[in-house]
Amino acid sequence: MMRLWIALRTNLVLTLLCGILYPVLMVLVGRALFPFQADGSLIIRDGRVIGSSLIGQNFSGPQYFHPRPSAAGAKGYDATASGGSNLGPTNKALVDAVRARLAAVLAENPGISPSQVPIDLVTASGSGLDPDISPAAAAIQVPRVAKARGMEPPEVQALVRKFTTPRWLGIFGEPRVNVLALNLALDDLQGKANHPASK
Amino acid sequence: MLTNTFVQLVLFTALFTAISVPLGLYMARVFEGKPTILDPLLKPVEGAIYRMCGVYPVTEQTWVEYSISMLLFSAVGMVLLYGLERLQQFLPLNPEHLGAVAPDLAFNTAASFTTNTNWQAYAGETTMSYLTQMAGLAYHNFVSAAVGIAVAIALIRGLVRQSAQTIGNFWFDIVRATLWVLLPISIVLSLILIWQGVPQNFKPYVHAKTVEGAEQVIAQGPVASQEAIKELGTNGGGFFNANSSHPYENPTPLTNLLEMLAIISIGAGLTHTFGQMVGNRRQGWVLFITMTLLFLIGAAAAVWIEQRGNPELAALGINTQANASQSGGNMEGKEVRFGIVGSALFATVTTATSCGAVNSMHDSFTPLGGLIPLLNMQIGEIIFGGVGSGLYGMLVMAILSVFIAGLMVGRTPEYLGKKIEGREMKLVMLFILIFPAVILLPAGVAVVTRPGLAGITNPGPHGFTQVLYAFTSAAANNGSAFAGLNANTPFYNVVLAFVMLAGRFMMKIPLLALAGSLAGKKTVPPSAGTFPTDGALFVVLLTGVILIVAGLTFFPADALGPLIEHVAMLHHQLY
Repeated sequence: MMRLWIALRTNLVLTLLCGILYPVLMVLVGRALFPFQADGSLIIRDGRVIGSSLIGQNFSGPQYFHPRPSAAGAKGYDATASGGSNLGPTNKALVDAVRARLAAVLAENPGISPSQVPIDLVTASGSGLDPDISPAAAAIQVPRVAKARGMEPPEVQALVRKFTTPRWLGIFGEPRVNVLALNLALDDLQGKANHPASK
Repeated sequence: MLTNTFVQLVLFTALFTAISVPLGLYMARVFEGKPTILDPLLKPVEGAIYRMCGVYPVTEQTWVEYSISMLLFSAVGMVLLYGLERLQQFLPLNPEHLGAVAPDLAFNTAASFTTNTNWQAYAGETTMSYLTQMAGLAYHNFVSAAVGIAVAIALIRGLVRQSAQTIGNFWFDIVRATLWVLLPISIVLSLILIWQGVPQNFKPYVHAKTVEGAEQVIAQGPVASQEAIKELGTNGGGFFNANSSHPYENPTPLTNLLEMLAIISIGAGLTHTFGQMVGNRRQGWVLFITMTLLFLIGAAAAVWIEQRGNPELAALGINTQANASQSGGNMEGKEVRFGIVGSALFATVTTATSCGAVNSMHDSFTPLGGLIPLLNMQIGEIIFGGVGSGLYGMLVMAILSVFIAGLMVGRTPEYLGKKIEGREMKLVMLFILIFPAVILLPAGVAVVTRPGLAGITNPGPHGFTQVLYAFTSAAANNGSAFAGLNANTPFYNVVLAFVMLAGRFMMKIPLLALAGSLAGKKTVPPSAGTFPTDGALFVVLLTGVILIVAGLTFFPADALGPLIEHVAMLHHQLY
């Protein structure tokens, strides 16, 4: 009985230390030092949250760069239902899904051949909330976006380059383009910020 | 690409090697009770904790007393966690008003986090309140890791002590592991994670109106504090369903690197703690080098296989070749910011250790790419392994190796001057046999019964791999998954909970008995017939024994899953 009593007390004391004090301290210090990040890196326009710079969101209009396919939630990019497709490599459903996505990408971006379509643009990410696409995936969308916005492709291309993050220290991770940041910059450039697409 | 892969692997290995040595020597001082730099800050806290808990840390315990303390501590912790999950709707810090966790799921989760497994049959963002996450799950991330370290230290003491009845004090070991090792590193790591973008707040979920006008609800929470200890304690239970692939848990290549280092460092460091405590650093290096060798083989293979990608998708004409503007390879279930190398390396790290955090979906790996994590777990997670459990698992293999070497020359084997006799070998064999028994028997049952088959979501041999992976992960206390498996059913929740408990405690008790048995022995000086365990020859022998034991045990099962699937894939067979 004595041992059981010690086991209970030790659990409670360590819960207080590691389960309450530690996270609360981290909230206080974290929000003091890095308030933007601690609150989820939210992007606010006109006093309204339009998303998080870390969390991908869906884009389907031709004037926007499109993100990767998402398996999060029924419609994708549900930030309360993160997750991947978990389809296995020999599952027919996977190959069919990729085939359909490839067809969609080719239809949306005339003049592109399958061999120009990078694998990341037709496969679902692990989180379903991947905020990035590869530079190759951005490049094949440039003509479409430029046309839809009445911009010159080099102009759009320059913006893509500006929003391309290289490998960390040139070594770790992969080069990537944050889709939301790029699309917001496009809207800003044309003075259309804050207006949900009405087309 | 090849160059970059090579540079990443070499740098990562250099970094964890460089961290592991000072960390290991520091941990030796902590558990020997020697002065450390953090003493002025932590000694008063330590004293206060002992007083509040009614613990006398100088009291030495026999292996039986040590085991009873460990079991009682874990059992009470498990009951408290179960209670917290069931009552969370009445408790504070639940801004989303999440209801009580269902009984079978709550039981599974309580077993999972108490055993350092962190198998998750739930999605964090829609199941667990902030209070349950921090005071229940993150709390167990600390103490289950501390228990693992404690048992490893107890085994080391058994090897060091001579003609002794006792192997240390359990309460002293877990309090020291928590205060001196886990908490300080977690605090520093949390802050870096927050800086990089991991949220740390108690706010309700954010309702955003996206650029195209859709509603997006974005889950929040005290993520960073949990993320840090989740990796450091080789726990692996994600705050969110997508675990470390979620941009809020792992936002940048830097956090990916730091999380991998956090997962591996304590396990790697403990080899040096061991060398230091037994008075021969080379003994620690031998284990470290064996582990690193096996690790690099797995990591290189996983990267190579995943980079080759899925031929079915390449056949559609898509560009799967890596170049400067895309990572290529098998990107299903992977994140662009990590690419193939950052994902395959993470998968190797998380299964070589007993972490089980994932930054990509193993279920969508190519057949052989998914086999690497499976193999890492099947060899017993002794490549650095879980904090503590990796070291003691490796020591068991070392003892088996000297036994086999002894058989070959017909001498009584000895390890570090301790004669290995009948009793020790029985305990070692118990330890080695319980593991496959609690994997293969229930997995066999699952694939011939209706509730077991109901959970499978991928057809063909991949479906079998989903089940095999689940039981391997549970028994090895890893917690990663072929996550397509629909495991939140009464059958899987209950069976896997018992497998996790067996994989943890049925293996720790023979281990502590072994520690007690070794502590009671005299140390004999090495003779001409002693097999040297601090040289290259022993690395070769140990590696061979590890691979042979795992191969003999699991090859038939693996052949039915990933190997068949690989052959099918090569023949363009879909299911």
